[in-house]
Order: sequence, then structure tokens, then C-alpha cells
Amino acid sequence: MRAPASTLDVARIRADFPVLAQTVRGKPLVYLDNAATSQKPRQVIEAMSRVFEEHNANIHRGVYEFSERTTAAFEEARSKVARLVNAPSEREVIFVRNATEGVNLVAYAWGRDNLKRGDRIVTTVLEHHSDFVPWQQLAAEVGAEIAVVDIDGEGRLRRDQMSAELRKGAKLLALTHTSNGLGTVNPVREIAAEAHAAGATVVIDAAQAVPHTPVDVQDLQADFLVFSGHKMLAPPGSGGGDMSSRVSVAMTEWNELPWKFEAGTSSYVDAIGLGAAVDYLCAVGIEKIHEHELALVGYLLPRLSEIPGVTVYGPRTLDDRVGVVSFNIEGIHPHDVATIFDREGVCVRAGHHCNQPLMTRLGVPATTRASFYLYNTTEECDALTRAVHAAKKVFGV
Amino acid sequence: MYRDYILDHYKNPRNSGELPGATHTYHDSNPLCGDELTMQLRISDGHVDDVRFSGKGCAISQASASILTEEVKGKSLDEVKRIDREHVLANLGIPISPARIKCALLGLKALKGAAWGLTAWPGEEVKAK
Repeated sequence: MRAPASTLDVARIRADFPVLAQTVRGKPLVYLDNAATSQKPRQVIEAMSRVFEEHNANIHRGVYEFSERTTAAFEEARSKVARLVNAPSEREVIFVRNATEGVNLVAYAWGRDNLKRGDRIVTTVLEHHSDFVPWQQLAAEVGAEIAVVDIDGEGRLRRDQMSAELRKGAKLLALTHTSNGLGTVNPVREIAAEAHAAGATVVIDAAQAVPHTPVDVQDLQADFLVFSGHKMLAPPGSGGGDMSSRVSVAMTEWNELPWKFEAGTSSYVDAIGLGAAVDYLCAVGIEKIHEHELALVGYLLPRLSEIPGVTVYGPRTLDDRVGVVSFNIEGIHPHDVATIFDREGVCVRAGHHCNQPLMTRLGVPATTRASFYLYNTTEECDALTRAVHAAKKVFGV
Repeated sequence: MYRDYILDHYKNPRNSGELPGATHTYHDSNPLCGDELTMQLRISDGHVDDVRFSGKGCAISQASASILTEEVKGKSLDEVKRIDREHVLANLGIPISPARIKCALLGLKALKGAAWGLTAWPGEEVKAK
């Protein structure tokens, strides 16, 4: 396996993340659950504190200076996000709390108006529940059909099956850009083109992609693309705005995009934190972060795979993947694995990863998952393999 | 947390398998971690004559169920009824972190489901109403 060399100054990056200096039960924190949520750099924490300490006021309402300053910071965050994903217009960037809420918004706003009885929805077994359940529920409600495309033995999408399903006709393609369970990156651009040719609208779940790889919504030809700020150094839950422009008892006239989908007082400080996170990631370089994570996968995979009793799921190579490594140890349930890892200071996710159809497909109830980000190191990979040996020793396997 | 007797119960579960002539059977699961457990009882004259369980899951859930079956075998239903969440956790004899409490209680939940059709998590009966 030929891993790219990392060009990140990880020691300097780690110094920006206060939480990484913490210890767990006397051992250094080894945080390997970045697919669930990322840690936050001082720059993001301070950007948010500055709002509260220096100019906090509700946005889009006041006509006084503090409200205007906060509104400007909030809208500046929207511009930063638009630039990050190359949105055609910043007005197409809508702040919601998370990717899950984004998919639900598309399902209930667009889906209810456009999906009819007999329409076909094409999706995949790799979807997070967030990009599956809303479509499953909507399909049942309107009488649409769902086709779920399978994966091969390495967790890669069955392209032949995807093309065949799209050729049968589809109104909607709901596709994850990058699998949160296995780290597989799907050929989104190619598939989106096929979907459009079939007349489908394309919804891309990029929650595991935007934090780790360059994503260009125009290049991908995504009609809707969702992601979560908290997985990319920003705080959990950013969103909000003003949904209606004129309300009377008889009728409501909706505001323009994006504000009509951001009703109520938004989590504007979170959005401003997201803006600071985008600044941070862009200064480091998303492409470099991706290479750094692949270097860590290249380091960990052979060391993990050679341990007797360890089964690694998902891609065996570094092509079209991110820094997610899912595995099991024979004879030990993943929850027991994670509990023993915790005693070694190693934080990993154990469970079905909101990926139950994928777990069923893999034939396991759950897996243990390590997921990297820009601040992880090869020493932390070593801590993980040591923890695997510790778990095996406890269970005598 | 993984003391020898816990691992022993996990690897060599007591009262494991199918119970011939079971009068009460209940299957339960913890969807969060995929633990599954079936508890079977043979009850006569208000006593648990025999009990067996089968399941798959983490060491905590399977060991806890195994320990519980040893305890209830031969007991009267009145005695069994008094076994609660605290009792099971104390019996395990190890500190259980909040995220693993449901693993530890799955056996008791299945037992109460089998004996009385109770479906709430032990300790959360009031909330369930």
C-alpha cells in the first residue's frame, strides 16, 4: 500500500485544540471518533466567545449597531461556506442544525411537492439513517418506490447495479458522498450525471466528505448537498433566519432564499463559529488534510490487519476512501472493545453507526470504528493497536 | 470492569439454551448495540422451576443474564418480583458506566417481560407509564 506523505505540521495544529491536551484516566487522550464529531480549535471557540463578549444581538431584526454587526458576521459565515463548496450563489446556502435536518428539509419541502405515487427513489445501502429514513417515510406516505443499491465485498458501490436502477427511471437519487461506516468515497459526479439523464433530482449527503476532501457542488452537479459543521471543527447546530416576509391572518408570503428556510432565531453564533472553522480548514488546506488522513490509514491498515482475529471492513486500498477504519475483533463485542479502549484513553465509536442496513449487509450487529482528522498521529495509531492487544488479553482471545 | 467471573459467565453462560416445557418466553433486544436476549421460564405453583436464556451481545449483557438465571432458579415469583435494577447492578459487582447500563439490565428486562409481560426498562417503569 503506497500512502501519500503527510505535509501537515501536526504538532502545531494540535496546539490549537485545547481538548487534545486532556488526559483520560491518567492516559493521554487519543481521539479517534472524528466521524461522529470533531474537536474544536481555539480559533473557533474564540470567534464564538467574541460574539457573546463584544457584540451579541439578534440578527436580521435590530436596526442598531450590535445587531448589524452580528448579522454581518452571520452572513459572512454564509459567504465562507458558499466559497468552500463553490456554491453558485451564497443564497443557496441554508443554515440548519445538521445534515440530518438538511435532508429532512429537502424531503418535506421538495419531496412532498414533487414525489408522487409510483415514482422511484434510488438510494444505497451505504446511507446513514439520516439520508435513508426521511425517504423511506416519504415513500410510504406518497406511495413511491425505493431501490437500494448494494455494495461489493470491499464496501464499494455496485456501479452496474446503480446504472441499471437509474436506467429504469428515477425521480430522486439520494446518495452519500462518503460512507460514514466504511469510509468509501462514491463516484458522485458520474452517478449524478446518470441520474440527471434519467430525470432524477440529486441529493448528496456530504457529511463525511466536506470536512475531509475538497467538495465542489457545481462540479458534482448536486441539486441538494448537506453536511454538518460540527464534523469540521465547528460547533454542533448552526442554522436559522427569517422564513416569512409578510404575514397576515389570511396568508403568508414567503421570504426569499435562503432566509425562508431559516425560521426563528437562528443558532447564529454557531454559524459564525462555522465561518471561523472554514477559515481554519482553508488555511491548513483541505487537500493536505485528506492526504494526512490517507497517510494514517496507510500506516494503520497493515498493522491492524496483521493482528490475529481482527477483521477490517471496507476498502483495502487507499483509492477513493477517507480516514475511516471499521473493524471487529473475533470473540469480543464492539462495545466491550470500546470500553476497554476507553481505559487506554482511546476514544472510538462502537455500534451500528446509524448504518443498520449496512451492518445487516456486512452480516455483523456492530463494528468498532476509528476515524481520523487533521490532528491525529501515527503514535495514536500505535495506541489503538496496543489497545487491540489489551482487549484481546482481557478476553483471552 | 471485566473481572474474571464476568468473563467466565460470558464465555460459559449458565442456564443457556432452549428450555423444554417453558411456560413463559420473552425475547428482547437493545437496538442501540444490537444485543439480543430470549428468557424462558417454567413456572409452576408460583415458583420458577427452571430458567434458560439465549442471546448474543456484549460480555456485560450476557454475563448479567447468566448471573440472573442462577439467582432466580427455584425462587418464588414474589422473590423474583423484588429483584430490581439496583439489585442486578450490585450483583454484577463492577462499576457500570452510564452508556452500558442497558447492557447490564437487558437480562432483567427480559425476565420481567417473560414473567409479567412488563416491557419497560427496569428502573424506568414510572416513566414508561
